[in-house]
Amino acid sequence: MLKFIIRRVLIAIPTLLVLISISFVLVHSAPGSPFTDDRDIPPAIMKNIEAKYHLDRPLIVQYCYYLKDVVTWDFGPSFKFKDYSINDLVNKSFPVSIKIGFLAFLFALIVGVAAGVIASLNQNSKIDYSVMTFAMIGAAIPNFVLAPALVLFFAIYMKILPAGGWNGGEWKYLLLPVFAMSFRYIASIARIMRASMIEVLNSNFIRTARAKGMSNSYVIIHHALRPAILPVVSYLGPAFVGIITGSVVIETIFGLPGIGQLFVNGALNRDYNMVLTLTIIIGGLMILFNTIVDILYAVIDPKIKY
Amino acid sequence: MKFFKFTAAVLTAFLLTTTSLVAKQELVRGNGSEPVTLDPNLGEGIPGSNIDRDLFETLMTEDNQGNVILGQAESYTISDNKLIYTFKIKKSAKWSNGNHVTADDFEYAFKRIVDPKIAAKYSWYLKILGIKNTAAILNGKKPVESLGVKALDSKTLEITLGKPIPYFLIGLSNIIMAPVPKEIVQKYGQNWTKIEHIVSNGAYKLGEWIVNERIVLVKNDKYYGADKVKIEKVTYLPIPEQSTELNRYKAGEIDYLYELPKNQYKHLMKTIPNEVKVLGRVGTYYYYLNMKKKPFDDIRIRKALSYAVNRDVLANKVLGTGEKPAYTLVPEIVSGYTLKLPPYAKLTQKQRDEQARKMLNDAGFNKSHPLKFELLYNTSEQHKRNALAIASMWKRVFHGAVIVTLKNQEWKTYLSDKRAGNFQVARAGWIGDYNEASTMLDLLTKGHSSNNSFYDNPEYDALMNKARVTTDDVQRNKLYQEADAMIARDMPIIPLFQYSNARLIKPRVGGYPKVNPLGDIYTKYLYIKK
Repeated sequence: MLKFIIRRVLIAIPTLLVLISISFVLVHSAPGSPFTDDRDIPPAIMKNIEAKYHLDRPLIVQYCYYLKDVVTWDFGPSFKFKDYSINDLVNKSFPVSIKIGFLAFLFALIVGVAAGVIASLNQNSKIDYSVMTFAMIGAAIPNFVLAPALVLFFAIYMKILPAGGWNGGEWKYLLLPVFAMSFRYIASIARIMRASMIEVLNSNFIRTARAKGMSNSYVIIHHALRPAILPVVSYLGPAFVGIITGSVVIETIFGLPGIGQLFVNGALNRDYNMVLTLTIIIGGLMILFNTIVDILYAVIDPKIKY
Repeated sequence: MKFFKFTAAVLTAFLLTTTSLVAKQELVRGNGSEPVTLDPNLGEGIPGSNIDRDLFETLMTEDNQGNVILGQAESYTISDNKLIYTFKIKKSAKWSNGNHVTADDFEYAFKRIVDPKIAAKYSWYLKILGIKNTAAILNGKKPVESLGVKALDSKTLEITLGKPIPYFLIGLSNIIMAPVPKEIVQKYGQNWTKIEHIVSNGAYKLGEWIVNERIVLVKNDKYYGADKVKIEKVTYLPIPEQSTELNRYKAGEIDYLYELPKNQYKHLMKTIPNEVKVLGRVGTYYYYLNMKKKPFDDIRIRKALSYAVNRDVLANKVLGTGEKPAYTLVPEIVSGYTLKLPPYAKLTQKQRDEQARKMLNDAGFNKSHPLKFELLYNTSEQHKRNALAIASMWKRVFHGAVIVTLKNQEWKTYLSDKRAGNFQVARAGWIGDYNEASTMLDLLTKGHSSNNSFYDNPEYDALMNKARVTTDDVQRNKLYQEADAMIARDMPIIPLFQYSNARLIKPRVGGYPKVNPLGDIYTKYLYIKK
């Protein structure tokens, strides 16, 4: 296992390097510079701005500067937000995205697995159809439709929850974004879980367990759940990263100070270092969570060994 | 005028004494996006300026209607040749830490703006104000120390201009020209705006700052006019999405909207008309015609396209949130400027359409040989709606002799193509930096970075150069009128409409003005009613 983890870490380094290089080229080839503006900047000032951020140097030198930033984990000033360094901004925004993302993930996992199990145990019944209809709706409604609808109902008509804001992560500010974010994942997890559970329930070892006279609930919890959850686990790694980083829409609708907004603004403002930094973090997270998923696989399924 | 101002002041005072205020004077303002910085000298963009106007105060400031009044300055004198301005700073002018605001703070701030090492984006603004040696410093030919600003003693500041600038005092009220606390900036450098260091000399001081969520300002008790400031705490929320902001307004979380989604205007006028507030604004929306590209070098083509736009329909039907049709570059709201409508504006639309068809035909374009071009705009629903409406007007008027393809690009790509002249017709808009006609007319002078039509008319440039140093208001306005008429004659751009500023304000918020051409709304003039 340890060997496997070390191997994964070693592979991660060149992977990240390739990611950084491709992103660097892409970001620098976008038209316009961080300082292109409606108002003219005098040439002498422009020269100084460019020198300040090393933008006057050849691209390869800029690339080396950036690699140095990565190694020292000091990404320098943001081109857009002059009062903060990139480290400042990421450090402030990341906990927000993690908190919302983690809660949404947990909620999606619990509700999704439970709904999938219930549906599979009542295959082709009214319960099954209702759960699956709900799952289909969940997969079909994009969160930019769901989130404003939730705001309309709970914040504007009922006036029981705030329409947006973070307020230090107070619980009532979390409810709507967490639900809106997890809805799609609940639907996906429920569908995967249902299909996998049905397959497991029809396998020979379950039949044997039942033939031995074990109760239905014992069979499900002790024999069926572990193998059935494997496909869900493989889905969880990318889903978690997706929840944390792909929350731009939710962050925009609820005005949350997370990294999704930083990412989009960074790209629009050509805040090169900001975009590259977030790309590395997201890439790193992706590798980390895929590794965790692989480890979990081995823990859950004794047949898998590394 | 003086009598009017006096009456307005008395009336406001009367209203304030008779209006009963709630004990909790707290206001929440929507503010578009996260400010680029809170450093007033480095500021750029409206969200940052809104906050900075509450935090800092310039020598000359604005009243609630946007008239320029004394701010940190107690008085000033102007030399006979109109080149030297000497300001006496109020003895009671203090920073929020209790230290005196000194002439040195102003000198330091102004020099920072032009210092190439600081690299302030608005450094060109001091050139517009004509402060001596600005251009040479910006070009690296003279040292920063040579800037025409000098602290004579702790409370006396002398500013020397390179040439007389008639709008100098007006321009001085721009928040870019605020002082900064020299000692603190020198001590903490770029970090001086951090909440643990920042001090301010305006009606408010920084209370809390959560990036991308909110900025809270609290009343500054050290401000000389603190006893007149009613709002104790103002929270600015950066919400880029208009519909999100509107939702939060409806949920009662915001009192003051940054901007109204235009497609909601009619519905809101039906449901909550008393909360919809529309102010005229120094700003014009127009299309550039790239005169370096054929056939837009032909005046007949430019005029034909301009004449065929029905601006009444555009302003009132397509937009309809208080915008006015524009036939000239300078909007009518500019203070002290009397707009003179050009001859084509006085024709009926039917007459304009007929003339447009004739001019296009004379230029050699017709149904069998149509004029084909791309109309470039930066990605936005509203720009798209405007472009669609205008393209359909051209299609209808020219009976298929004009074929337009719409092309949208995200902001930076659009700016880059526009600047490089990689377009035929492109959308543009300009919001004035100060309340004077030259803030608009300068745009079309040769070499101006925003002269993207590449209009090159020495006669026009000479007029503007002359106007810049003409101190007689009547004479100067005449020159501006001539310049504006020249644009209508040569049509390097198609003026489309004059901007407005529409927002929602909760009925409990008092003090929102009926006129304010630059839309500079200071929280210190607002209050919360019962």
